[in-house]
Amino acid sequence: MEKITGSEAIIQCLLEEGVKTIFGFPGGAVIDLYDTLMDSKVNHVLVRHEQGAVHAADGFARVTGDVGVALLTSGPGATNGVTAIATAYMDSIPMVILTGQVPTPLIGNDAFQEVDIVGITRPCTKHNYLVNKAEDLVPTLREAFHIARTGRPGPVLVDLPKDIVATMVEFHEKQPIRMQNYQPTYEPHLGQIEKACKEILKAKQPVLYVGGGVILSNSSEELTVLAKSLNIPVTMTLMGLGGFPGRDPLSMGMLGMHGSYTSNMAVAKSDLLIAVGARFDDRVTGRVDAFAPHAKIIHIDIDPTSISKNIAADIPIVADCKHALVAMNNWFASSGENLDEIGATHSPWLETINDWTRKHPMTYLDEGETIKPQFVIEKLDELTGGDAIITTEVGQNQMWAAQFYKFNKPRRLVTSGGLGTMGFGLPAAIGAKMAFPDATVIDVAGDGSIQMNIQELSTSKQYDCPVIICILNNNYLGMVRQWQELFYNKRYASTVMEVTPDFVALAEAYGAVGIRCDKTSEVEATIKQALEAVKKTTVILDFRIAREEGVFPMVPAGKATTEMLLV
Amino acid sequence: MKHTLSVLLQNKPGVLSRVTGLFSGRGFNIESLSVAETLDSSLSCLTLVTTGNEAIVEQITKQLHKLIDVIKVTDISESEYVEREMALIRVKAENTTRAEVLRVIDIFRGKVVDVSPKSYVVEVTGTTTKIQAIIDILRPIGIKEIVRTGTIAMVRTPKK
Repeated sequence: MEKITGSEAIIQCLLEEGVKTIFGFPGGAVIDLYDTLMDSKVNHVLVRHEQGAVHAADGFARVTGDVGVALLTSGPGATNGVTAIATAYMDSIPMVILTGQVPTPLIGNDAFQEVDIVGITRPCTKHNYLVNKAEDLVPTLREAFHIARTGRPGPVLVDLPKDIVATMVEFHEKQPIRMQNYQPTYEPHLGQIEKACKEILKAKQPVLYVGGGVILSNSSEELTVLAKSLNIPVTMTLMGLGGFPGRDPLSMGMLGMHGSYTSNMAVAKSDLLIAVGARFDDRVTGRVDAFAPHAKIIHIDIDPTSISKNIAADIPIVADCKHALVAMNNWFASSGENLDEIGATHSPWLETINDWTRKHPMTYLDEGETIKPQFVIEKLDELTGGDAIITTEVGQNQMWAAQFYKFNKPRRLVTSGGLGTMGFGLPAAIGAKMAFPDATVIDVAGDGSIQMNIQELSTSKQYDCPVIICILNNNYLGMVRQWQELFYNKRYASTVMEVTPDFVALAEAYGAVGIRCDKTSEVEATIKQALEAVKKTTVILDFRIAREEGVFPMVPAGKATTEMLLV
Repeated sequence: MKHTLSVLLQNKPGVLSRVTGLFSGRGFNIESLSVAETLDSSLSCLTLVTTGNEAIVEQITKQLHKLIDVIKVTDISESEYVEREMALIRVKAENTTRAEVLRVIDIFRGKVVDVSPKSYVVEVTGTTTKIQAIIDILRPIGIKEIVRTGTIAMVRTPKK
């Protein structure tokens, strides 16, 4: 049996899993691993803060669908990664996070840079491990990758004590992984599929409600077939955007708190809601008892805990979205029903939907030369054909990006949906660009969020990984300010950014290009200039936007989704 | 509504903390919890009593099942089952009450497992209701200390 060092075994495992790029930050506890990494075929991207490493690996995972890998040292290295691990957990992103740990004899002694990271991350990982025996190292890493990418994906943390990494271990050939206690259900129950399909045939006002599960399971095509063959309108959650083409006439855009008027009305009037890979989050449902009050609910999800958690499902289907959608499409194809005729019966419903859109389109008020943020996003969409990779920070910038960029394809929107982590966009953009060096990657940011991980500009420079950072600068923490305007008598408590850096000078300090724009008439030229400049280097666009612009429609927290505040 | 769940899990460090963390993190209730190794020493059996309506207990069961180290979750209270709890009770036993305490223990089929001039330690097993009953009876006489195991339970063997 071949014996190699623990760190060589770790690298072997990474290569075996197809990992070519990892993101990390060194420290005492992982110095052996870094030494081995230096001569290996795995590329390492040195970030400037551990949160950035995990977000970058997360961005990499979201655009590729592969497992993202981050490597952090013990103690503060590991704790700095926690926010980013929780971000990936809430959005079900497949990741493996390797953390260094003090040598096993010191564990529990309050040693230098020791922290119980397995204890800390227990509630925000899909699973985690402390490897305390050398012979467990390789099997644990293999299990970690298996758990991260199968079932409902998620981050898995493996804590690696320094002595285990330095010791000699046996490296056995990989066997198929069988875990008695972990067997996700991929195949749907065909009886439930039949029930669901029969309901769909009967429905007069069906709506497809699509979440991140469709993206994660790569089932956009199957979903599109279902929607188009039966003429069913589609609404998407933030995580589901791109799961169905945003420019298709059947797309109603996003639903929920900042969803389109059309989407929220359609759900409220629907007689059949087909939830695919979505989890009835509070930002989607608003007041639960008023959500889809007339609809029967079909709920497809690979995670049984998501079903009937917030809203009781009439027809639950535990399955991978792709397998379930294939089964449904097959059922319809062999049902002998004339699908065109059934689709045609939805015409009055689609007419009602189009009426809603005509009356209350996704829009904003023009203010002449004062730049409207929505206009900037519309221009980004137009000039990139809806095909760029858009990462976002969190807040108004994120919602405007979701509302006004028409995502044509899945894995184009990279955003922290569940946890809502400010500072996510820039490192995630770097991760995405690393995965697809030829893609146009744009981080839609606010002047608040961008400062939370701005240090990663150095990473983008060092690795020649140019992205566009499009700051919608209003000198406010805009989303909180909007709530204060609407619900707290305009008392702007701690939301005014009284001091903000000169972003153009800042860009230059980092070796990037900075362009300021404060006139509507110059927005298009500025974006074009950025799309040209980003071929060589990172670009920061500082758009000075209408300061007190709000995100609308808006459903106030706890209200029914039909009680929207409109533009 | 009270539910008794039997959870089969990996006998590894940190597993219990995954279970309790799940309950505290999601605001579920634990009335009692008891855990020990099974016949197969790589597995533990955890008996947990919780309360909640049907939807909550369904969610608890699913969430438990989602933990990687959990192998099987059974809501024992859905079938015929036997449950037992044990208590050790240190009760005052002075000249005037010694005989009375012994009579009570006898009625509840308990045992005196430690004797001192002023107290007995009583061992009693039974359902939670029975344990509660003996406590209620002994309380006026003077209970100094109680330790209870929490419920353990097992499904009855089907008769057919």
